[in-house]
Amino acid sequence: MTDQDLLALVRQSLAKVAPETATMEIAADAPLREEYDLDSMDFLNFIIGLHKATGVEIPEIDYPKLGTIAGAVAYLAERRGQT
Amino acid sequence: MAWDVIEKTAGTRRASNMPDYEAARRQFTWTEARRMLDGLPGGRGLNIAHEAVDRHAAGPLAGKLALRWLGRNGTVRDFTYDELRRQTSRFAGVLTRLGVQPGDVVASLCARIPELYIAALGTLKCGAVFSPLFSAFGPEPIHTRLEKAQARVLVTTASLYRRKVSDIRARLPHLEHVIVVPGEAADAPAGTHNLRQLLDAADDRFVIPATQPESLALLHFTSGTTGQPKGAMHVHEAVVAHHGTTRTALDLRPDDRFWCTADPGWVTGTSYGIVGPLTVGATGIVDEADFDAERWYRILQQERVTVWYTAPTAIRMLMKAGVDLARRFPAPDLRFIASVGEPLNPEAVVWGVEAFGLPFHDNWWQTETGGIMIANFASMDVRPGSMGRPLPGVDIAVVRRTGDDTVDVVTDPGTVGELAIVPGWPSMFRGYLRDEARYRRSFAGGYYLTGDLVRMDPNGYCWFVGRDNDVIKSSGHLIGPFEVESALMEHPAVAEATVIGKPDPMAYEIVKAFVALKPGHEASETLRLELIGFARTRLGAAVAPKEIDVLPGLPKTRSGKIMRRLLKARELGLPEGDLSTLEPEPAAGTSTSGGTS
Repeated sequence: MTDQDLLALVRQSLAKVAPETATMEIAADAPLREEYDLDSMDFLNFIIGLHKATGVEIPEIDYPKLGTIAGAVAYLAERRGQT
Repeated sequence: MAWDVIEKTAGTRRASNMPDYEAARRQFTWTEARRMLDGLPGGRGLNIAHEAVDRHAAGPLAGKLALRWLGRNGTVRDFTYDELRRQTSRFAGVLTRLGVQPGDVVASLCARIPELYIAALGTLKCGAVFSPLFSAFGPEPIHTRLEKAQARVLVTTASLYRRKVSDIRARLPHLEHVIVVPGEAADAPAGTHNLRQLLDAADDRFVIPATQPESLALLHFTSGTTGQPKGAMHVHEAVVAHHGTTRTALDLRPDDRFWCTADPGWVTGTSYGIVGPLTVGATGIVDEADFDAERWYRILQQERVTVWYTAPTAIRMLMKAGVDLARRFPAPDLRFIASVGEPLNPEAVVWGVEAFGLPFHDNWWQTETGGIMIANFASMDVRPGSMGRPLPGVDIAVVRRTGDDTVDVVTDPGTVGELAIVPGWPSMFRGYLRDEARYRRSFAGGYYLTGDLVRMDPNGYCWFVGRDNDVIKSSGHLIGPFEVESALMEHPAVAEATVIGKPDPMAYEIVKAFVALKPGHEASETLRLELIGFARTRLGAAVAPKEIDVLPGLPKTRSGKIMRRLLKARELGLPEGDLSTLEPEPAAGTSTSGGTS
């Protein structure tokens, strides 16, 4: 899976929780929770969506690393590389 | 299963602010509680901001840390009581110069930033009414509340203004002034005032005008089953309860470092995130960031938090992260932990012992009560799952309504009824703004009726059973179905909509909507997502449904009322009860369901 694929997947997971973001331009380093109005439940569901789509186990302690599009892509790329 | 009672040692009891609950209940009077406050100098009345800030700034606590603010990105800003006095005086001066009169409503729409705390206390100082709005509201809930409050001033940030307020401003004829906390660009959008510039130009001395204890101070919006949100009005006298209950229910003392995680956009974040700890003279910790397990443990440890007041959803998220994470950040200074927002499940109460060596102390109150009414106290054994016992000065009963103004008191222990409170505590709401009839309907037979169903056990502990209405409790917030349904109905494809609280292991309930479509619209996954996005854009994450099911039609009574409870029963897989008034449903057609969880 390329970074481009992962990016698409992260955007899809975000759009399942916050569908209005599907057509938005999102800066890679924009804090998702604040800028795109995700509450704790939305953020948790976003992470669960990423886990389901990739199979990557994401422990709670790593959640903050997935707070931006770039962060989520980098995290998933690295974790997939390890397995 | 039955949970063991968590017993308190004699040492713990003795060390608490209220070592003997029974004795305290016998001896307590609100008049005595009032004597623990100073009142305005010269007998000019009672003002919350004076009790919270100025009286300490004029005495030995002047140089003491009142608030420590932790920025999202690691910034720390400290405010001593004297610094807080000067900043809030400046803000009171700003409002006065803008022509704000006692009784005018000053609203806020801010994340947890220092300016929010300064605005709240500064507003109270100048005699205006402070009305906090939750920053995760979307434009529609903001508009509804600002319009209903007829707010003259709004304090917000440049970013929130652009995203959520500028488009609705033309529909807010009462809103004269918008004061913004500038962003990184240090600019204020057109048509707004720059808070920094206003504060810099203002005097840091301000004499609080004479304030009647019964003058309006706080306006908190809450939701009912039907109709628009209600504005619960509170007066300066409420500070007697804020102060007293902070001492008894949260066991707070001046040497404590207190962290209330609630957002001041809701009543807990005001009564106990701003007012209560300051009146006691303690140090309050404020974290700007949203929930994050590791960050929270670091704060408890590094800020040496002694008393912590948080919410069930957060506790359950910490539990999910595992007890090992908690143990990696020992917080030996922590001595009392409490929870409010929705009932705390016994597993979570007991998990506190595992993670922190302390049980969580659940307590109960609501926007209308202004302060904690029922609690598990530091000196009292904890029965996991119970909300505890009434505070000294608070008399409760379990009742059944028998008529418009009559109730029967349920005396059998264990029998379910509505929780009722004898009026007269200082932080009781004094009305719903511009809705006297609704206020009157909240009382019957000499009680304030809370709308919560409880039972009381033979030991006098109260147990939450459910709501007596269709209001949704989610992540510690109350959400009214009407507001959500109205927003969904604005979508061109939606013919009808109804909303329920769907039980959720984390949030207690989540908002779930059911919609039926107008002819010519087909149910599809695309449309379902579009509706969620549509609702989020209008209502914001705090109010918008997390799940939407599209149905061929919504079940109705013969008189045409949508049967919310039937949909809820189906959602839960429960028996559907008496359906004799149900109209035949349309033939099953395409339906799509599912959600984000």
